[in-house]
Amino acid sequence: MEARITLQVDGEPRSLTVDTRTTVLDALRDQLGVTSPKKGCDHGQCGACTVLLDGRRANSCLALAVAHDGAEVITSEGLAGGTPDGELHPVQRAFLEQDGFQCGYCTPGQVCSAAGIIEEAAAGHPSTATEDLQAEGGIDLTDAEIRERMSGNLCRCGAYVNIVAAVRQAAETAAARRDGAANPEVPVVTDSPTAESMPEHPEERA
Amino acid sequence: MIPFDYHRAEDAASAVALVSGTPGAAFLAGGTNLVDRMKLGVAQPTLLVDISRLPLDTVDVQEDGRVRIGTNVRNADLAANTVIRSRYPALSQALLAGASGQLRNLATTGGNLLQRTRCVYFQNPTTPCNKREPGTGCSAVEGYTRYHAILGASEDCVATHPSDMAVALAALDAAVVVMGPAGERVLPVSDLHRLPGNEPQKDTVLDHGELITAVELPPAPARSAYRKVRDRAAYAFALVSVAAALELDDDDAAVPVIRDVRIALGGVAHKPWRALQAEAVLRGAAATEDNFRSAADAELRHAETLNGNGFKVPMVRNTLAAVLRDLTGTAGPDASAPGTDHPEGPSGPDDAGWEK
Amino acid sequence: MSKLMPASAIGTPFERLDGELKVRGTAPYAYEQPVENPVHLYPVLSTIARGRVERVETAEAEALDGVLTILTAETTPRLADSSDRELAVLQDTSVGYRGQIVAAVLAETPETAREAAAAVQVTYTEEPFTAQLHGDDPALYAPEELNAGTPTDSSQGDFDGAFDTAALRIDATYSTPPEHNNPLEPHVTVAQWDGTVMTLWDSTQGVHAVRGTLAQVLGLEEEQVRVIAPHVGGGFGSKGMPHVQVVMAALAAQVTDGRPVKFPVSRQQMYTLTSHRTPTIQHVRLGAADDGRLTAMSLDILEHTSRIKEFAEQTPAPFRMMYASPNRRTTTRLTPLDIPVPSWMRAPGECPGMFGPEVAMDELAAAAGLDPIELRRRNEPEVDPETGNPFSSRHLLECFDLGAERFGWENRVARPRSVQEDGWLVGMGTASAVYPFMRQPANTARIRYEQDGVYSVQIGASDIGTGSWTALTQIAADALRVPVDRIRLGIGDTRFPTASVAGGSSGTASWGGTIIAAARAFREDHGEHPSPGAQTEAQPPEDPEAADLALYSFGAHFAEVRIHADTGEIRVPRMLGVFSAGRIINPRTARSQFLGAMTMGLGMALHEQGVLDPRFGIFVNSDLAEYHIPTNADVLDMEALWIEDRDEHAGPLGARGIGEIGIVGSPAAIANAAYNASGTRIRDLPLTPDKFLT
Repeated sequence: MEARITLQVDGEPRSLTVDTRTTVLDALRDQLGVTSPKKGCDHGQCGACTVLLDGRRANSCLALAVAHDGAEVITSEGLAGGTPDGELHPVQRAFLEQDGFQCGYCTPGQVCSAAGIIEEAAAGHPSTATEDLQAEGGIDLTDAEIRERMSGNLCRCGAYVNIVAAVRQAAETAAARRDGAANPEVPVVTDSPTAESMPEHPEERA
Repeated sequence: MIPFDYHRAEDAASAVALVSGTPGAAFLAGGTNLVDRMKLGVAQPTLLVDISRLPLDTVDVQEDGRVRIGTNVRNADLAANTVIRSRYPALSQALLAGASGQLRNLATTGGNLLQRTRCVYFQNPTTPCNKREPGTGCSAVEGYTRYHAILGASEDCVATHPSDMAVALAALDAAVVVMGPAGERVLPVSDLHRLPGNEPQKDTVLDHGELITAVELPPAPARSAYRKVRDRAAYAFALVSVAAALELDDDDAAVPVIRDVRIALGGVAHKPWRALQAEAVLRGAAATEDNFRSAADAELRHAETLNGNGFKVPMVRNTLAAVLRDLTGTAGPDASAPGTDHPEGPSGPDDAGWEK
Repeated sequence: MSKLMPASAIGTPFERLDGELKVRGTAPYAYEQPVENPVHLYPVLSTIARGRVERVETAEAEALDGVLTILTAETTPRLADSSDRELAVLQDTSVGYRGQIVAAVLAETPETAREAAAAVQVTYTEEPFTAQLHGDDPALYAPEELNAGTPTDSSQGDFDGAFDTAALRIDATYSTPPEHNNPLEPHVTVAQWDGTVMTLWDSTQGVHAVRGTLAQVLGLEEEQVRVIAPHVGGGFGSKGMPHVQVVMAALAAQVTDGRPVKFPVSRQQMYTLTSHRTPTIQHVRLGAADDGRLTAMSLDILEHTSRIKEFAEQTPAPFRMMYASPNRRTTTRLTPLDIPVPSWMRAPGECPGMFGPEVAMDELAAAAGLDPIELRRRNEPEVDPETGNPFSSRHLLECFDLGAERFGWENRVARPRSVQEDGWLVGMGTASAVYPFMRQPANTARIRYEQDGVYSVQIGASDIGTGSWTALTQIAADALRVPVDRIRLGIGDTRFPTASVAGGSSGTASWGGTIIAAARAFREDHGEHPSPGAQTEAQPPEDPEAADLALYSFGAHFAEVRIHADTGEIRVPRMLGVFSAGRIINPRTARSQFLGAMTMGLGMALHEQGVLDPRFGIFVNSDLAEYHIPTNADVLDMEALWIEDRDEHAGPLGARGIGEIGIVGSPAAIANAAYNASGTRIRDLPLTPDKFLT
């Protein structure tokens, strides 16, 4: 069974005919050549396929394309403006600076997820790491909050320590931008904390 | 996956009529569990009726204090709802303990209730499974049972229901509103799911074509909490979980008395398990560690364990006690108290694999 | 004067040169390489563990719109060499394990291929099978040798006599379960045959290894096989040797009239088709004097292998060289089972082989009333105890000392179950790490000076997340004495000169050493001011000195563990690894690699376990929901440090490799900490909550 649908992919309207069985992930990868979202498990168990679907992070491998006709899909590639040399999104820059990945396969999903949680926390959505469920207003992304909220994105290379650092950096950047809009005095944090993030090295001990 | 037709529902009544009249049809909402099973070949619908765009997506507080949750409310939104967070923390906690953030953005309230077991044999169409294919036998009974039932199972099926949310709803005495071809009915959430008996293929009492349109919560209990124990820190199904809702007679007493209590257990049965025996022990009893343990023992007296899940008995007992301790503000035992320590060294016991 | 090459770019924490592509998601992995008009392959897998395919009924599947053909043992092209039964797909009707490919659908779309595969009906003649490792299995045998040419057994002195008379004795059995590599990018091959050349876009740790194997099994000249893998989504050993999907895709490509064939192995299929780590049963006996000095040590290993293809891990290897003792013995025995084929997984041998012994050392420390670090200090060997060769660089104790200081080891309470905080039992543990230095032969690098003033440096190396794109560029820059922006690296393609596999933590040393040799040759040939087009290919010289030395990296792991007194839930709030691994090429990516391996060690300690159901012969928890690897929330405060250690005997690079040592010993450190926290000694991984319930 086939259906004609339109998806708004990284800002571009894309019309295509899909098998009703085709997921958003396969439509992107196999039919539209948008391979930034990855297939790691195809069952919602790894998060590599995470995209922003109508503005919220979602596993594109479990979303049937036909059911999302008309949806807006933002991939990690689109976060950077959708062009090969478009400026990196602050989340992407943070992943690069903090070395928040190794093989890179889970990374576009991690990046979309990170962009999603920064919005979710700002909107006051709690997590199991939230100390006070009753508190209203935006939630600070502590390391515990970041770890819990990013746990839907598996990384087999084990880059979690640096992923947390990257999301922390990106969240600080986002917060500074939000504050900066209200108060232009506040500087925007974009510098890499490279030197601090490196372990201290003892002198030669041999 | 076999090919299927897709129909986007115009309204709930026509969706119910269409599915009721089509033997191979299924409702599609968030899809996070159904599409998963379709890929595995465990579910093979020939028609999907998509209800995800029906406007059943609000959380409404009624004048009598009840809360009505539309079936399409996303798990993430329900968990974040300020009324739910403040009045029914067990429900928020249960939702947030389930799946992952991005799955909770897709998954819906009705869909969460109707997700099916994670039994590895159910999910593998090449192994016998009475739930998937009645009459073929149960591969789990003598197989891998770490996630399987200790209460209410049958020789035909030892699967557990995987939902966290449903366990909290059971402890909160929620009801589900169901629309069928003949109209609407309301049933307690504890009566929605069934025990396997000799028909494990039936997870719930719903007829084909019946649609959950809403979940209703009674006025909030004074205190409620959900605690999930799992094999990793996040993004894993429960080994066991406990939801409890209770009222104390005198909140400020040194040893308060439990006026009323409802407890549900997850990860232990084919359905969210209302712990009625434990509740009976606790109702009117003092909030003491001994009473918590007695209550757990009363509930677990009829537990039947399999080769790989006997640990669930002490795990439920301890977790239930811990939840009740937290909810009633009572102190726990000291785990490092004398009598439980294990001194080590040349003069210590000979139980550490070494000899002198 | 140092034999080491002077460093400028080396040692600098450059960001990954492929990083921008990776964060955008535009670095092309194998499935994503643009090919025209692909055919999609979906396999039909056997539902019996041993026997024969009698009949494959394909009519219903073939009738589906979009199905091109269905390959069976009758219709599949023949291989030139079908002696490797793991790779001899559809060459006969025998079934050696459940989940083996018994047919393959080729179709226009992935959805159709999968639907048709489910519609293929296979009938079998079943034969009795065994799928369970037993300690008393009469089929246990001694393999001829272990992985990497390691001897099967070893014996020195009189173990039995010394053990019987030892003042302190540990005699315990430990086990590690089957584990699955589970790289996030599933195994995948895209194959295209133009009648002369077989092009394979493969997710592999070594393009030349795939080329060599495929040329042999297909009966082609090596020049007729091209393998391309510029970006690989992790491997951890399972992509080190070609598995069946490569051969399957290549065979299918011979029947599609030149159309490329895509065969993405599903996550579930990886649990049968693309290897696993063998389980181990480890009987450890340690005999020591009252002061903790070892007088006798033995390790007897039992493992499973597949009946259709032997894989024998070198599990006892680290036990043989780690500590001094005059009397020592090791054995390894295998049971052949009718199960999928085991293979490499991160630090095969060293990783499981440092679990039982390092927990046993903790038990001996308790028995001797010694601090576990002091016990290791007292058993530090002067030379490699087995070979008598001097160590090129052995800084194990420095690693422990630095780690103890940074970790706050002095705060550990020796008596177990002594510390409780907020309902959690708290403890600390430590363990040693070790990994041998390996440098692979058969590497060649090519350097050409280009018109635009850039040096092209080409070698068929791979980057599986290890940072090779960056590290090799840094090495090439220093070797040619130019800035990194004047290096254009080419890797991941058999069009580049031959390279060894990314495995055994040997990649950077082997490829980097080769690039250094090529740079020296280039400068000799063309000087400091070459003309555009100037080119040199070279191989590294033999290093005769290394043969008489024991070259190893060492490390010390520290872990703090919390165990919930009620629920048994176990967490690792702090973990520190300190390593001595020779020269570090890129501190940023090196730290990531250490931390990544430690994270995998945490998964091995707490979570990972392939559940082999002996009634079916399959791993039943065959996906990422049921087979747990660590999530972000499982990894808390974790850090890796290293000691400056430029090994002048490890080639001009002085780097001994860092990919694997981080996983070696980390599960033991966690298990030892769990004992210190709870008083319960768990000797069987993983350390799941149920094991700590009281």
